[in-house]
Amino acid sequence: MPTLLALEQISKRFGAVVVADQIDLALAPGEALGIIGPNGAGKTSLFGMATGTLSPDSGRVIFDGADITTLPPERRCRLGLARSFQIPQPFGGMTVFENVVVAAAFGTGARERDVYAPCADILDRCGLSQKANRPAGALTLLDRKRLELARALATKPRVLLLDEVAGGLTEHECTALVALIKDIRADGVSVIWIEHIVHALVSVVDRLVVLHGGRFIAQGEPHSVIKSAPVQEIYMGIPADA
Amino acid sequence: MSDAAIRVEHATRASRIGMTLLALLVVALAAAPLWADRASLRLMGEIFTFVALASLWNLLAGYAGLVSVGQQAYVGFGGYVLFAAAILFGVPPIAAIIVAGALAALLAVPVAALMFRLRGHYFAIGTWVVAEIFRLVAAQIGVLGGGSGVSLPAGVITGIAATRAMREYIIYWLALGLAVLVVGGIVLLLRSRYGLALTAIRDNETAARSNGISVMRIKYLVYVVTAAGTAMTGALIFLTKLRISPDTAFSVNDWTAFVIFITVIGGIGRVEGPLIGTIVFFLLRETLADLGSLYLLMLGAVAIVVMLFAPKGLWGFVADRFGWQAFPLERRLAHKP
Repeated sequence: MPTLLALEQISKRFGAVVVADQIDLALAPGEALGIIGPNGAGKTSLFGMATGTLSPDSGRVIFDGADITTLPPERRCRLGLARSFQIPQPFGGMTVFENVVVAAAFGTGARERDVYAPCADILDRCGLSQKANRPAGALTLLDRKRLELARALATKPRVLLLDEVAGGLTEHECTALVALIKDIRADGVSVIWIEHIVHALVSVVDRLVVLHGGRFIAQGEPHSVIKSAPVQEIYMGIPADA
Repeated sequence: MSDAAIRVEHATRASRIGMTLLALLVVALAAAPLWADRASLRLMGEIFTFVALASLWNLLAGYAGLVSVGQQAYVGFGGYVLFAAAILFGVPPIAAIIVAGALAALLAVPVAALMFRLRGHYFAIGTWVVAEIFRLVAAQIGVLGGGSGVSLPAGVITGIAATRAMREYIIYWLALGLAVLVVGGIVLLLRSRYGLALTAIRDNETAARSNGISVMRIKYLVYVVTAAGTAMTGALIFLTKLRISPDTAFSVNDWTAFVIFITVIGGIGRVEGPLIGTIVFFLLRETLADLGSLYLLMLGAVAIVVMLFAPKGLWGFVADRFGWQAFPLERRLAHKP
């Protein structure tokens, strides 16, 4: 199977805390991969190392056959690696529309004027049209998360890394988000999604990995992974067969 | 949604009013030799140079996040280039202002390469150290008076214009022109693609990088451009002073501390901030300067009060409340009916 994005033998520790312990991860073109794991398992750090905001202690990051381990985040973004931050990072003094224009103009290298129409489209898809001219700093947490997604989409990613975009959504909003992510997949974008809302995650992803203590303790078909003994043990605190 | 369905507007009603008022103000100021006396012209000339210095520092620190406390390096460098060019090479002073800008840009390239290895506070301290080195070097240049400085020869000054009145008008217009050029240039920069990147960097550097912006490259560019503008302003400042010495040319107090005060109380990270700040600073200086050291205490008190109650500066305080902006810098999405 061809690989679009791969982490090879990635390790990272902060003092005594191991967030990645020789992790191998490969994402195929068009694939959607889910990552779950308890808080502090190292999920967000994996995204940091994939996108270049965090450098691994050892190991390599490969994108589309090229070693990008030492490339800065902006170069990786332009190659097609986009990320929505778990803690939203809006450009607070700019409007919602301007936020998306920045991502589109610099993430794709297009001229500013040429991205206006696609950006308006993206705001529509992400449910932010009504707030296009509001300052991003005045948005609610929910809208900030939407903006994270909109900005990531505006860079025309080949791989989209979503970090807990569903947390705090109502059931109705969650359904809309799932539909949107399915829609994005249908355009050929590969997705890695970190999420605690497991039912939403499972309805989208092809494969699920479970991260705990910097290692994958289970991976495979989503439903069977959820039912597996190590996952039950971590989330329920008891062995599945007890 | 098709291309035709949307439109992006830059100007708002507030910015149209702002631009009209500013245009009228510039016209009135350009005509000042008709209505102002010599002392007022001189004071206004000084105000314009501070508008330029503060606007440049605001671009550097407020937008690019490069908190330099060493911009006096370029003020002094510009001044010394003007004196050296005029005294040693007979370059006319007005041409020497442009030479000072070009040389400062060249000099800023290696200085930035060195300084950008430092982060945050270390960058701030590093820039100050560089300015001190400049001062010490200037004191070693014997032909320019060494540590005690040098005056501009009378021949150079009379070369600007025959009568004293005309000389003063020309220098006044130069100062006004420079302030308009700097502020206008910054507005145009912010309207461009670079401005989009700079504003994003101002708001969130991590997100800017993750969205494809080459943050370091843009910071480098801003540092070099600001150095050039600051040196041109410095050259003009010392052309009006007629005398230069290492201590006045590289004064951290005059060219950086006051400039930071102006920018912070006016509103850092907004083009209007330094304009408002300069007005406040000169109002305070002209009314309180006779009080001696009490004046500096009151400047400090004003700075503390503004930072506590209006942390975005005076302009930020009103602009956020009323949605004001003097310059058409927004990109507003409008749907065509």
